Order: sequence, then C-alpha cells, then structure tokens
Amino acid sequence: MTVQSRFGEYGGRYIPETVIPALDELAEAYEHLRQDAGFRQELDSLLDSFVGRPTPLYHAGRLSGELGGPKVYLKREDLCHTGAHKLNNTVGQILLARHMGKTRVIAETGAGQHGVASATAAALFGIPCVVYMGEEDIRRQELNVVRMKLLGAEVVPVYSGSRTLKDAINEAIRDWVTNIENTYYIIGSVVGPAPYPAIVRDFQTVIGQEARRQMLAAEDRLPDEVVACVGGGSNSIGIFTAFLADDSVRLTGVEAAGEGLETGRHGASISRGSKGVLHGSLSYLLQDAYGQILEAHSISAGLDYPGVGPEHAFLHDEGRVKYGSVTDRQALDAFTLLSELEGIIPALESAHAIAYVVKHAADYATGDIVLINLSGRGDKDVHQAAQALGIME
Amino acid sequence: MSRLEDVFRKSSKKALLMPYITGGYPGMDGCRRVLRSFIDAGADIIELGVPFSDPLADGPVVQASTQQALADGITTDDVLALAGEFTNQLPVVLLVYYNCIYTYGQDRFLEAAAVHGLSGLVVPDLPVDEAGDFVAACHVHGIDPIMLVAPTSLDERIAMIAENASGFIYCVSVAGVTGARASLGDNLPAFLERVRSRTNVPLAVGFGVSGTEQAAEVSKYADGVIIGSRLISMVDAADDLESACRNVEEFLNEVNEVLK
Repeated sequence: MTVQSRFGEYGGRYIPETVIPALDELAEAYEHLRQDAGFRQELDSLLDSFVGRPTPLYHAGRLSGELGGPKVYLKREDLCHTGAHKLNNTVGQILLARHMGKTRVIAETGAGQHGVASATAAALFGIPCVVYMGEEDIRRQELNVVRMKLLGAEVVPVYSGSRTLKDAINEAIRDWVTNIENTYYIIGSVVGPAPYPAIVRDFQTVIGQEARRQMLAAEDRLPDEVVACVGGGSNSIGIFTAFLADDSVRLTGVEAAGEGLETGRHGASISRGSKGVLHGSLSYLLQDAYGQILEAHSISAGLDYPGVGPEHAFLHDEGRVKYGSVTDRQALDAFTLLSELEGIIPALESAHAIAYVVKHAADYATGDIVLINLSGRGDKDVHQAAQALGIME
Repeated sequence: MSRLEDVFRKSSKKALLMPYITGGYPGMDGCRRVLRSFIDAGADIIELGVPFSDPLADGPVVQASTQQALADGITTDDVLALAGEFTNQLPVVLLVYYNCIYTYGQDRFLEAAAVHGLSGLVVPDLPVDEAGDFVAACHVHGIDPIMLVAPTSLDERIAMIAENASGFIYCVSVAGVTGARASLGDNLPAFLERVRSRTNVPLAVGFGVSGTEQAAEVSKYADGVIIGSRLISMVDAADDLESACRNVEEFLNEVNEVLK
C-alpha cells in the first residue's frame, strides 16, 4: 500500500521541484519500513523505554464534579518525556532519517515543543540538529530555547514575515532545498507536502490506540466525545484516528479563537479560513482575497499558525470531525481551573481543549464520557500565563 | 507558435538576457523605471515577480523585496497591469506562487494574464505532478506554463517535465533558493545535457547567476540566462532610483555583451 498523499482534494505536493525527489525517497523508505518488523520493534521499544508510553488515562474527578454533567477523562500526553506528544513523532522520524542514511536533521518549531522533541531525538542518536524558530516565539518560549541548546541543537532565529511558526517552516524548507542530499526535515505536525501529513499522523496514532484500549478497560465502553486542540493538528489527528470508524463517538477539534473570531485576531483556519496552498499542501488557510497568508494570533504559540493539516480539512468537509474554537481568555481560565482542581498545569494549547468542554458543559447529559487529549504540560507557559493572569508583579 | 520559443529561435545571441524584478519593487513607478532599464540594456524576455507573503523558493534578497512590495500595498492586479504595459515591446513572464493563482481563481487569473499579453507563467511551487490542470488551462489561454527542472530531478522526471513544457524550461542551477552565488558548481553542464537530450524546448538557467563570468559560462550550455537577486541587490544598494537604474543598466549591458 502506498503512503496517502491526498485526503479528498486536500494535501498534495506543492513544493519546489528540487525537493520532489527527496519526498519520493522518503515515501519509498517509509512504505518499506512501516511494514518492517525490525523497524516497528525498534520504535516500540523506544516509545516504551524512552518516551514513557503508554501514557495514563486519567479520570479527572474534581473537574467532572465542577462541570456537573460529563465524566471527563484526560489522555496524559503531558507525561511523555519532554512534556508533550511531540516526541512520538520525532522518535519515529529520527529512525526514518537514520535508515535513509541522513547525517543532519532540521526542524521548525512554534511553541518549542517540537524543537525540543527533535533535539532530544537527535541527541539520542548523536545526529546534528538545527531548529528554526521565529524570533517572536523565541521571546515567548525562552525555556524551550534553553532546553534545545542544552540538548546540543542549534537554534536559528527567523526574522522574516510574522516571525512565528509559519516563517520558521518557510526557513526550514529553504534549508532543506539547499542541503537536500544529507539532510532530513523532521516536520512537527500533520502539515507540509505528502507524505509528511500521513507519516506524522501514523506516528501520533499511538495516542488514540492506547486511549481507546484504556477507555474500554476503564468504562467498558467508548467515550461519547473526544476533544483535542488543533493548531497544525497532530495531537488531534493522533487521538481521533483510532476512533474514526466508531460512529457513536463524536470527534471535536478546538481551534484558537485568540482575541475573538470577530476581531480577525485568531488562529481558526477551519472556522474562519478558506481553501489555499501553504507549505506544500492544499488545505484551509487564513488569507486575504489575493492569497496572501495572514498572521494568526493566539496566546498559545503552538496554535499560532494560519493553516491546518490537510486531513483536518477533509474530516471537516466530510462532517466526521466538528471544529469549534475558544478564546485566549477561555483558555487561560481553563489553564487555571485544571491546575487548581486536578493538580495538573496544562499547556496553553491543551487548555483550549479543556476550555471547550467547560464552555459546553451544560450541553452534556449526565454520565456522558468525554475524553480530552491533554497534549502537553504547561511549564513552558508559566511566565506568559503569570503575566496574563497578573500573578506576578 | 509560442511567442517565447519564437524569440529564442530568432535570436542570434548565444543566450537570451532574462532579467527579473519583483513586481512593484521599488514602488510601482520605480519598478516601471527598472523595467525600462532592462529593455534599454537589451533584455530579450522580462520576468516579473508577483509578491507573495511566503516565497519559500526565494533567498533573503528576493524575500525582502516581496515583503516591501506587499507592505506598499502592491497586489496581483497591480503586477498584471504593470506587466501589461510592457508586453507589446517584449515577452513578459510572471513568477507567481501557486496560492496567488489558486485564490485568484485559476481561470480568472489566466484570463487576466492573457488580456495583459503575458507569454508565460513560472510557478515555483507547482511541480509537474500537480500541474496537469494548470498546463491544460494555460494552453487554452495561449500562455506557456514554464516548467522548472532541478539538478536533483531524476531522468524520468525530466522526461515528464519535458513532455509538459513549452516556451522554455527553467533550469534551477543549484539545489537551493534564489540568490547570487559565487559559483554554480561543476555539475551544471552535465545537468543541462541531461535536460537537453530530452527536449527541443529552449533552456534558461536561473538561481545564483550573479556576474558576467557566470553568464558567459552558462551561455555555453543554455539558451537563456535569468538574473534576479543580483539586480535587486543593486537597487537596494543605490542611493536613489536614478543611480539604481543606471547601475542596473550598465551591469546588464556588460552581461548582454558576453551573451552576444
């Protein structure tokens, strides 16, 4: 079976010709390796002993009590090594890079979590790693910059465009085009040209596979709804995929409404965007009438992206996944709420998923089971949250 | 007959002079004057860029010019109209990222391009496997879809690109983004030979051509020389538009001499 390159009309490879042979090489290597028992074993062993899988499924009792309706479970991806789901993907891709004989890896990062996960995976195998990061994000996510440097990665600030994730991706692609012979590009989300969206999805699917099994063990039934935040969309695809065939399970992606959808300052590519081509694939984008990409806005650097993975565009059009949004304010409130009620400080990204359930708490029937993907922990966000919440002078 | 191929066929030069500037840079009127300098210096074909917010095939020099043009409010319509002012004098091709075409509406874009007399479209992020509809639509409107080929392209891809090509084939000199380079590497002749043996369409070389020596070298193997970043750098460095145009014209004159 060949690696999926289109999701309905979405996806594709809208990328300079120079890169196409490398994408062909990647697709071929991946097709071969994913069916290879040795590769699978190598990956599973790392997921188990290095990433720390399986991650727990946690019944958030006090949060459920507070909400009064739904019974909330959290899939604890925040307990993965490095603090987020991102390592599932980078460990998989670093193995691919090694099997393909690449001697250098590059990555882009927004919140820094993918950069840290890439640097970590690269350190594990002693492969030089360069991470592109927008100057604006470097300012917002200083902790992760330090972590990447400690892990031996070179962090390259990106000053072009909006100086955030989208520009970091542009710069990583430019590096890749220039160093295509020896360099592997570790994309951090289900975006980019084919075969990346399918590869990243496959490496993240472990989240949903575990959660589905754990849910059946805990409740002897499937959840009524699965909720996850959507920036590029890797943690959400990761947890949704295992439930796609379960018609009784509602799947909900939560986009960043930023300062409010009506203000235009948000990151809601599906809720408020239109079809277009960015970073190699056709999907939904924030753009003007001439196709110029607009800046996204979110308090969460990881959701501050004007596009979304092509499979999400497809799942939206198909109606299989419903997409909602919450504002910066609602996410901050959920950030505080989960910290106080459960002793878990969530990443601001993941706080969007929590906030969605809080916002719609009244819509659930008593006993409804909601599974939320807690994609990352919030240590990286404490400075920003403290400022926004007025905790520090 | 393609107007572009016609110009290549009828020329007695070793290679055609094909300068590039970002549309609307530096300013609409400034760009207009730079384009006149191109023509005065003997340009055979002009390449005009449509500014795009995320030009991932471009190096820092072109990026900065497109960001400036966008900041100045230059739109796709402005660049189409600007191109239209010159298409009666010589063939003009647009360099345009695919999202600018997609969002404008492919047919509407091609219609506008045809109305303004454009000869070809270079779409750096639309490889041949994604270009089926686009190539067919270009032919309907009498515009050449300019295919790009890279040193990394395998022979079977070159064959596929050649099959879809008309006007000229844009040969990317080195793996990388646009920008002036000191050297184009030793592999260029072999690469161009791989392309040449699979097509009769003229070959133009771009990405990294920065001076007369390189232009002379390229003209031994190719039918056209595309120069962009070097010209934009000259505009950037000049104190005023007057001297920018003078410098560009002098430089292109020198290049043109070695291409004759």
